[in-house]
Amino acid sequence: MPVTELKDRISGALQDGTMGGALGRFNDAYLISRAKAYEGIDFEALRDQLVGLKGRAAAHLDELAEQFEEAATQAGAKVFRTADIAEAKAYLARLCKENGVQRIAKSKSMMTEEMHLNAFLAEQGIEVAETDLGEWIVQLAGQRPSHMVMPAIHLSKEQVAGIFSREVKAELAPDIPELVAVARRELRQKFLAADMGITGANVAVAETGTLVVVTNEGNARLVSTLPRIQVAVVGVEKLVERLADVGPILKALPRSATGQLLTSYVSMFTGPAPGADGQPKELHIILVDNRRSHMAADPRFAQALRCIRCASCVNVCPVYRLLGGHVFGGVYTGGIGAILAAWFDAMKASKDIQSLCIQCGACIPVCPTRIDIPDLIVELRRRLAAEEGHSFLQRAALKVVNDRRVFHGLLRAASKAQKPFAKKGMIRHLPFFLSGMTEHRSLPAIADVPFRDRFREIAQPAKTTEKAAFYAGCLIDFAYPDVGEAVVKVLNTAAVQVTFPEAQTCCGAPARYSGAFDVAAQNARDNVKALEDPEVRWVVSACPTCTVALRHELAATLRSEGQEDWAERADKLAHKVRDFSSLVKELVDAGRLSVEAAEGLPAVTYHDSCHLKRKLQAHEPPRALLGAAGFEIKEMRDSDVCCGMGGSYSLKFPEISAPILARKLENVKATGVGTVAMDCPGCMLQIGGGLDLAGSPAKVRHVAELIADKVRPSAGK
Amino acid sequence: MFETFRIKAQAVGAEVHRAATGAAALDLVLAVLGREGVGEAPGERAVWCEGPILGPLVDREALVRRFPGLSFDVTREQSAGSRVGITEFDWALAATGTVAQDATDPRKRLASMLPETHVAVFPAARMLPDLDALLERIDPTKSRYIACVTGPSRTADIERVLTIGVHGPKKLVLIAVDGEMGVA
Repeated sequence: MPVTELKDRISGALQDGTMGGALGRFNDAYLISRAKAYEGIDFEALRDQLVGLKGRAAAHLDELAEQFEEAATQAGAKVFRTADIAEAKAYLARLCKENGVQRIAKSKSMMTEEMHLNAFLAEQGIEVAETDLGEWIVQLAGQRPSHMVMPAIHLSKEQVAGIFSREVKAELAPDIPELVAVARRELRQKFLAADMGITGANVAVAETGTLVVVTNEGNARLVSTLPRIQVAVVGVEKLVERLADVGPILKALPRSATGQLLTSYVSMFTGPAPGADGQPKELHIILVDNRRSHMAADPRFAQALRCIRCASCVNVCPVYRLLGGHVFGGVYTGGIGAILAAWFDAMKASKDIQSLCIQCGACIPVCPTRIDIPDLIVELRRRLAAEEGHSFLQRAALKVVNDRRVFHGLLRAASKAQKPFAKKGMIRHLPFFLSGMTEHRSLPAIADVPFRDRFREIAQPAKTTEKAAFYAGCLIDFAYPDVGEAVVKVLNTAAVQVTFPEAQTCCGAPARYSGAFDVAAQNARDNVKALEDPEVRWVVSACPTCTVALRHELAATLRSEGQEDWAERADKLAHKVRDFSSLVKELVDAGRLSVEAAEGLPAVTYHDSCHLKRKLQAHEPPRALLGAAGFEIKEMRDSDVCCGMGGSYSLKFPEISAPILARKLENVKATGVGTVAMDCPGCMLQIGGGLDLAGSPAKVRHVAELIADKVRPSAGK
Repeated sequence: MFETFRIKAQAVGAEVHRAATGAAALDLVLAVLGREGVGEAPGERAVWCEGPILGPLVDREALVRRFPGLSFDVTREQSAGSRVGITEFDWALAATGTVAQDATDPRKRLASMLPETHVAVFPAARMLPDLDALLERIDPTKSRYIACVTGPSRTADIERVLTIGVHGPKKLVLIAVDGEMGVA
């Protein structure tokens, strides 16, 4: 789809106040109910179990499918296994024809969504009724589900009343219990009249041939009991080895999906049970592969087969919250939807969807099967870039960032050119094509003297035994040199000598996150060369994105590009890399440095940047340092939700970045404090710029700046 | 374990009773039939799928005289026209407030899913800690259709507003019966 069409769809979703309001309220309520549902459960132990059992199953799909077929056949079911959704549809069409099926009642099955089964059956002249309330609503509306668990979450009760009014040809009020009663009455007739019932399955047990289906409404019970023929359409990724494996899945699925301990109904069928009239009936199980075996064979993407479709990843996603599943999703919604679309549909089907991931990682800690969705999206970008190439403009931009001399030269030139627009160190309007950068936030003015030049003026302690190399990153070097100076001061106070390797270049994150791995690999090699000084004990950065790049991504990028020798050098370097707050906390704990609490300091609030919190797990160190320095921390709501920066994301999708930022600013405002502390210069740029444009007196400060004049050499040293 | 079960089941909207004897459980069931206004008109009837707990105590003729809409012949038509359905369950799961049954016999499913009120009678002695424990005890090759029920039928598909009773029962009445009765 052309970029303009995607942009139109984004703007349509952003203007849909009904959906935005509903998703926002749901997102807030979800976090609370999920936390409550998991009380008393060791989530990490449960994840271990699930990763183990789903991982084993994904590694043996064919064997398990074979075993399932044998056991289910033994129990009297007819099993049809196919790799191809067209064959699955043909089987079903034949079955309908042979049995004179005219009406079908369906309970929710994502596999049938993947097959676009309803449209196909309608072409055969068969009437299909979705019986899950949300699915029925979207079916009547002629739409597709916008959420894997709550298909109609984007619609208001007024819209549902309109849809139902047309169906029953009567004017219905937007009264939810009344609308549900209408659905009960209408669909009850469909259950009773159906010749065939189709369900999906949440789990398929290979050893026994059992299918497990969970619902809250009870529709799968009716669908599997009342019609004379029972069909289950199931993706092979639902297979597990043993009946006991059902336990952990059903412990996680309802808790993660809806914050329930268990759904109202769990049904387990093994072969056909007698029909409603007590007579034997037929059970057909259509087991579909549709490229899941290919996915299982891919070392990077096999993990995505562990997905249990709980949708917790989209429930916490700040982008999904704004756009909903019709824009951010395909058959499956959100980031996981992009990944599954790439495999079950086609690589290019994921192109638009994956581009919407801001890489904040909010989904990582909630996924019950530990799928690293942001990482797989980066891998999709790499493969898409390899297949289709980057657009000329994007490549040119990356080339500029990549060549530090050109980049620095350009930035300095920009700094001069922007002088007329700068006011108190902030730029509020940029002319012409750069205006997108200042529409929703001001930008920090480019410093007159960049950090790399200022560093030369700072005398380093001579009689020290330890050295740390400071990796500034572009923002500290050119926009926030004060932060760099604060970092050096703190480390010097701990008697650590700081070096600034001049050959350091872009950390590679912009290139990597846009899929340009060749460019990122060039960055990686340059940085390895610049930073692998054996005399240096630590490589420290005050930018979490750079820290993550140096610590976790250089080697991964180089390996993806087949450069193993370089990757090994990057591994050695990675061990030395620390983020500023964690290293300083380490030094304080080791008695190398003390932080003295000052009196009468103002209260601050702390914003957790995505990379620091979720990739470096450094939630506590900055708070401990601020506390020790005498700052009272007034926590804001959702302190660890993304600020909307996401590197170049805020330039590519400013219309999405802006409302994410607006929410952050509201949460800051609600604390009533004048200082927002953080560890990331990217977040400083975004939040600081947003505060400035909103005319807020509140300021952003890096933790390094806030503690620099409160550290003392440790007396005991 | 029963207290945990009671708390969890009530938290999802079930009505929980404990009866010291089968006779006391029978009285509770009859009270529900009376309370729900069971009558002869379609939609007001009741279906009773007898099981080993209350079966021996039931005097069918006397009960039908008392509740003329009551039937022990559980068909899809009777069940669809019933306001109350009574079935017996085999196990209860404390951790989630769930009752579970081998529902291979379709009458158990009809009586428990079509009426607006479902009364589930189960032996208090068959209380298990959780679903994992149930999975250890069932044999799917013998039990073709295992049904677990946790609270009444619910949906939140319109504006995330919890609404009870979309396709299945609007009310779930759980009666645990003490004693050896019905315990296999």
